[in-house]
Amino acid sequence: MNLSGHAPAAGRPPQPHSLRQRLVMQLLVLAAALAVGLYLAVLYSAQRASQATMDAILGAATLSMASNLRATDQGVRIDLPPSTLSMLSATGQERLFYRFSVNDTALSGYEDLPVLSLSSLALTPVFYNDTYRGADLRLATVSRALMIDDTLTPVQVVVGHTRDGQRRIAAQLAQNAAVFGLLLFLVSIPLSLVSAGNMLRPIRTIADAVGRRGAHDLRPVRQPAPAELLPLVGALNAFIARLKAAFHHTETFLAEAAHHIRTPLATLRSEGELLLRSTQEDAQRQRIRRMIRSADECARSAGQLLEHATILYRSEQLEQTEIDLCSLTAKLVERFRTSADMRDMTFVLTLPDHPCPIRADSVLLEAALRNLLDNAVKYPPAETDIHVSLTVRGAGYRACVRDHGPGIGGAPTAQLVRRFQRGATSENIVGAGLGLTIVQEVADTMGGTFTIIDAEGGGTCATLDLPR
Amino acid sequence: MRDTRFATLISAVALAVLLPASGRAQSFNIDHDTWFGNERARMTLEIIATADTGLFAPVIRAYLARNPDLRIRYSEAPSIDTYIAITEAGAQYDLVISSAIDLQIKLANDGHATANRPSGAESLPDWARWRDLVFSVAQEPAVLIVHDSVLDDGRPVPRSRHDLIDLLRENPEMFDGRIGTYDPVSSGVGYMFATQDARTTDSFWRLSEVLGRLNVQLYCCSFDMLEAVRNGELLMAYNVIGSYAATHLDPGAPVHLVELEDYTLTLLRTALVPVTARAPQQGVDFLSFMLSDEGKKLIADAAHLPPVDVVEFVNAPHLRPIQLDPGLLTWLDQQMRRQFLSEWDAAMEQP
Repeated sequence: MNLSGHAPAAGRPPQPHSLRQRLVMQLLVLAAALAVGLYLAVLYSAQRASQATMDAILGAATLSMASNLRATDQGVRIDLPPSTLSMLSATGQERLFYRFSVNDTALSGYEDLPVLSLSSLALTPVFYNDTYRGADLRLATVSRALMIDDTLTPVQVVVGHTRDGQRRIAAQLAQNAAVFGLLLFLVSIPLSLVSAGNMLRPIRTIADAVGRRGAHDLRPVRQPAPAELLPLVGALNAFIARLKAAFHHTETFLAEAAHHIRTPLATLRSEGELLLRSTQEDAQRQRIRRMIRSADECARSAGQLLEHATILYRSEQLEQTEIDLCSLTAKLVERFRTSADMRDMTFVLTLPDHPCPIRADSVLLEAALRNLLDNAVKYPPAETDIHVSLTVRGAGYRACVRDHGPGIGGAPTAQLVRRFQRGATSENIVGAGLGLTIVQEVADTMGGTFTIIDAEGGGTCATLDLPR
Repeated sequence: MRDTRFATLISAVALAVLLPASGRAQSFNIDHDTWFGNERARMTLEIIATADTGLFAPVIRAYLARNPDLRIRYSEAPSIDTYIAITEAGAQYDLVISSAIDLQIKLANDGHATANRPSGAESLPDWARWRDLVFSVAQEPAVLIVHDSVLDDGRPVPRSRHDLIDLLRENPEMFDGRIGTYDPVSSGVGYMFATQDARTTDSFWRLSEVLGRLNVQLYCCSFDMLEAVRNGELLMAYNVIGSYAATHLDPGAPVHLVELEDYTLTLLRTALVPVTARAPQQGVDFLSFMLSDEGKKLIADAAHLPPVDVVEFVNAPHLRPIQLDPGLLTWLDQQMRRQFLSEWDAAMEQP
């Protein structure tokens, strides 16, 4: 039973909430509220407008019937104009009811029609609603005085009609408003999506810009950002600046440390050599040689540390110039020829017959190539060939260094390029374990790739692919 | 059967209807009560109508042929009794078919009719229906009937009310006591014709004064007037329902049917389903049948009632359908009726 095994995963991590979804939801809720508001507003104003129109007709009809009243010897004479009734009913084929009364006593019409009691004469129509015979009525009443038997007597006229027409008009308008509101809402769906997308685009833009950066690119973010994102960008830039300062500090420290070590080491070494010359005893000489060798190793390590720090620093600066890779390779090979001759090794150089322009930082590029050549001269046994080739490959170049040394014992590139990691076959050879690290870092900075493998027939094949 | 002896009775009833505050149960008169169809039929349809039983019998029989499980009661009654039956008497009929469209509109306006949508109603023109309550099944012009002897001595057929007034004024001896029209007091249809005439033209009161001076004979029914013209008692009858004339007169009868060209009132025979109906759906179904092509054909051919037809009005512009709306309530107003009839009496009885 594996007690140290991982605890079962506690479900999937909660889905992070999406600003876009929230924004879209809020916009849609707003649109829905607007649509409902529009519907209610239209409904309300439609009812008001149709009511006002119908009231105008009803009021005019009531007034006209009141003004047709005449006092005669036989009492009040009523004139009920049929055309008025026809017109009143016309809007929605309304049912009509009316009543003429004197002091609440019906003279004519529907005597049980609900009447609004008027405290005084009403020469302009007074409107009210009531139900009568199962119908919902709109009624108007007018009261005017007539001289009957030498007394001023108020005669009240009530006219009412059903409200089917008004209801039908309002329903029609409400239906239109509902359709319009629904359309508004439907249209707002894609608009909300687009608008939310636009609103959130700067975040994506900045995230992409930061994500695309090289490993050592610690420049501040300069992308234009909306006001709301400025604090975030500011915080990010402050963080980058702190990170950069920390880096810088470490590298400066390393470089200074390396420098301070190398100087006393040089003294130690020259003193050692003097001592070696003045000593005849074999055992002592052996010891002194080991000391000199250690001083050499130490100096080399310090040198590589210094170089590594330089590389890291430069990769942040990215000062690119146009370089001819072809002549650079030739120049470096020439520089290593002396050390190769000392071990009776021969360089076999294959270069294209044309210049190979490349935009790069010359210091970085030179450091990478120098480390590859240095390894090729250092590790193989004496009297072997070193093949160096440069070829154009697609949109880039491939620099290849092949030696006939002990190889790398099948170790993967990723392991060999780790800092201070030395190959299994590198015993007895002076080295700090930073050479391939430097090559890999240069490849990363320039957007290229680096691989190192055991070559067929023994030896090592190191390949550096670089884009133009 | 349509004796003038009914006149006084109907007149009394009419006043009772139109005066308010009659909370008491009213009785109403039925001229004929006829049952059609199988006595053991499970469903019944009860119709109250103003038209002769004989007129509608073919339509009813055709309908029963399609609905063998139905029996139909057809109560023939004067228009005012029809109105009372539905309102105060509370009789339960499934369909009311009446030519008194003012009373039909009043029934519908006052909430005694149910809204329904019989199939075929959508083909009715707007003027032939009111809301979903009242539907026209026939249109009948009110015509002037002229006995042939009037045309002796080269007298022309009167073509307008103007011609008619001139003819009467020029021949007072000839027409004295020999011209007839509806009695607006006793006849609902007569009252409606008179009021619609008064509404339509100013010359109506001139005509009624001329008629009053010539001792016009007043009738309750078109049928009686037709009889009187046919047997020579009358020389002319004004405002007779034309379809009756066509049915009751022999083809060779010595009379002319004249549609006056200044205007000819056209009565709409309308149907509605009362709220008190026991089987309202049966009423709607029969109404749908009457509005169907087959029903229309039967009403035209067998009942001799012209079906509602817009083309008729286009071809004969003088035909004027009585407007089917609450404007008709005007003349049913108790005061307006009193005022109108006193004007009429004044026209009839001149010193």
